[in-house]
Amino acid sequence: MDLNLTPNEQQFRDEFRAWLATNTPPEWAGDTNAGDRADYLKYLRDWQRKLYEGGWAGISWPQQYGGRGAALMEQAIFQEELARANAPPLIGTIGLSLVGPTIIAMGTEEQKERYLAPILSGEEIWCQGFSEPNAGSDLASLGTKAIRDGDDFIVNGQKIWTSFAQLADWCLLLVRTDTTAPKHKGITCLLLDMRSDGISVRPLRQMSGDSGFNEMFFSNVRVPISQVLGKVNQGWTTALTALMNERANLGTGIQVVFKRSLEALIARAHTVERNAGRASEDPVVRQKLAQAYLELEIMRLNTNRALTSLSKTGVPGPEGSIQKVFWSEWNQRLQQTAQEILGPYGQLSDFDRGSWQYAFLRARGNTIEAGTSEIQRNIIAERVLGLPKSY
Amino acid sequence: MDFDLSKPQKLLKGSARDFLARECKPERVRELMETDTAHDDKLWQAIADQGWMGLLVPEEHGGLGLGLVELAVVAEEMGRACLPGAFLSTVFAAALIERAGSREQRAKYLAPVAAGELKATVAFLEETANWDLDGVKLEANRRNGSFSITGRKLFVPDAGVADLLICVTRVGDSLALLPVERGTRGLSVKPMPSMDGTRKIYEAVFDQVEVADADVLGADGDARGALRGALETATAALCAEMVGGMQWVLDTTVEFAKTRQQFGRPIGAFQAVSHQCADMLLMTESARSAAYYAAWTLTEDAPEASGAVSIAKAYCSDAYREVGNRGVQIHGGIGFTWEHDLHLYYKRSKASEVMFGDATFHRERIARFIVDSAA
Repeated sequence: MDLNLTPNEQQFRDEFRAWLATNTPPEWAGDTNAGDRADYLKYLRDWQRKLYEGGWAGISWPQQYGGRGAALMEQAIFQEELARANAPPLIGTIGLSLVGPTIIAMGTEEQKERYLAPILSGEEIWCQGFSEPNAGSDLASLGTKAIRDGDDFIVNGQKIWTSFAQLADWCLLLVRTDTTAPKHKGITCLLLDMRSDGISVRPLRQMSGDSGFNEMFFSNVRVPISQVLGKVNQGWTTALTALMNERANLGTGIQVVFKRSLEALIARAHTVERNAGRASEDPVVRQKLAQAYLELEIMRLNTNRALTSLSKTGVPGPEGSIQKVFWSEWNQRLQQTAQEILGPYGQLSDFDRGSWQYAFLRARGNTIEAGTSEIQRNIIAERVLGLPKSY
Repeated sequence: MDFDLSKPQKLLKGSARDFLARECKPERVRELMETDTAHDDKLWQAIADQGWMGLLVPEEHGGLGLGLVELAVVAEEMGRACLPGAFLSTVFAAALIERAGSREQRAKYLAPVAAGELKATVAFLEETANWDLDGVKLEANRRNGSFSITGRKLFVPDAGVADLLICVTRVGDSLALLPVERGTRGLSVKPMPSMDGTRKIYEAVFDQVEVADADVLGADGDARGALRGALETATAALCAEMVGGMQWVLDTTVEFAKTRQQFGRPIGAFQAVSHQCADMLLMTESARSAAYYAAWTLTEDAPEASGAVSIAKAYCSDAYREVGNRGVQIHGGIGFTWEHDLHLYYKRSKASEVMFGDATFHRERIARFIVDSAA
């Protein structure tokens, strides 16, 4: 048992950290909540381009496809260093972490040739068309239909909660191609050109005020059969591969962000009065801050253990579910603690640039997105503990 | 970076598990619980014969000279078996002697510890039940080349069988570590019957107990630092032990949820039950991460070690109790009975919760570190 980084891992960290020190652009000073501002999007695309030109985009991809074949630990370090440098988010993240690896795993040579390079450079932005109004946790019951017509499929239906749809060039779309087969066996995965006729995208405004995701409506959209990823009616396997790749990101980046939030809260506790005294001296506040801190440390340790196990077995298991439950519920507790410390100030739209208000409201979505806590607990119970399925 | 146990560590764990599954079955735990001391000479010697009494004892004194991770591995298996008796007490005392003792004192005490010939304990708490070093108020009076102790120590584990009791006293502004052997004039111990019958605790009464100057531990050194370090070692060992207990409760409860049928199906098929099991797993695995990290940082003598120990003890204190709560709940009526083994672990979880500082105590420690330093 040795929790020190190996010399190679340390070297990787040093190299990337040094690159970030000279290449990270200054923080975006504008309003990111208006997520479709052209100038903010250009800023993000330029950032990905810079990473790409530095050889830092898609590091987990095999070298033959433009990556570095980076090991899991290096990927974790990569995420952590990005967050530590306060780097802008990766606009091409869905392409880089989900679609690209899935195309590498399941695509034809032509598809790899056509789609991979623009994902890396950020020239083409991808979104993920999975959930529907009637198919969220029960994704396999999706109903967006694709009917064969000559060399095309014709798609009709609707997707929801689609992040980046408003600016995406391409979409990894799950459709139903066989309504007679059992639900898992009639699904196909399509690579959809978002500039096709018949697609309309409507932003959905979140409780937190921003429009991070969208609805998409498909009305007789034509998709050539060359754009089927994997095999017809075997799209569920493709979907699982995509979701597995997503879960392989064990959240080392987000933990840096969490640490920063906690430190900001501790700093605030020194300036805010609660119960006729400094909040930082209130024993209850101290207990809650300490609990947040120790749980965050344990989150980091759990990640390290999961990375060790994943590096050895190569198979992402249910540790992703444990991580997800842990971080999402931690953040909700932290944001509640923040609100308790800040009192009514925490709700003001211009106190600390409204960041506490935003963070508290946004956190409500954490236990719902990327697999609800209920589904994650089902996965833990069934796949780790071997308990019987409940349905 | 590798968070996995090494091959020798895994082997040690496996052999500890097998040994304890044979030598310390639940029936034996119950038998020992009913005795005055919860001590079993034969079992104690068998453990010593495995070398485990000497895990941390340097080789020059007949020990294995291993580290905290090895101790954690054995302690975890002991926790899984809910092993009664003076192992943890002796580990604490031996760690204190190792740090504070002179060469002669280390040779005198550590060799018999490793051989299984000496059981020991540290008498720390007083009426206030305060685990802070500054909470020690019992004064030792210096006169005629010796120290004299008159007063009481409470909640002293295994004082009924300890051959050696190290009394932590105050002398002026300093702490003095005074070893008192069994049978010393003026020392008497009285049981303090408590919830956990597997780890007996006692009141130690000192009536002008004399300890010669030459026998004092750490007289010319840093008694405080030695005590802090020994306490951290013992706390890390306790956390690992708690993880073992949690694992037993989790495994037993999951097995029950798979087999107990109601309404025509295993109760584990109901999400209200399975989700509690998922939470038990999350807590157990998180406790495991924290406990082994603490053990590792102590082995490395890393600056984070003190913090890591507090993190582990705070988390494990709550987690073992909460795992126990859910374990009993899921078992329904039978989980509440004396006959079922669950209560052995549940009571151990409660005793462990308050030993070496509970969650509130350690959270305040952490707060001093993260809040006050940021002022």
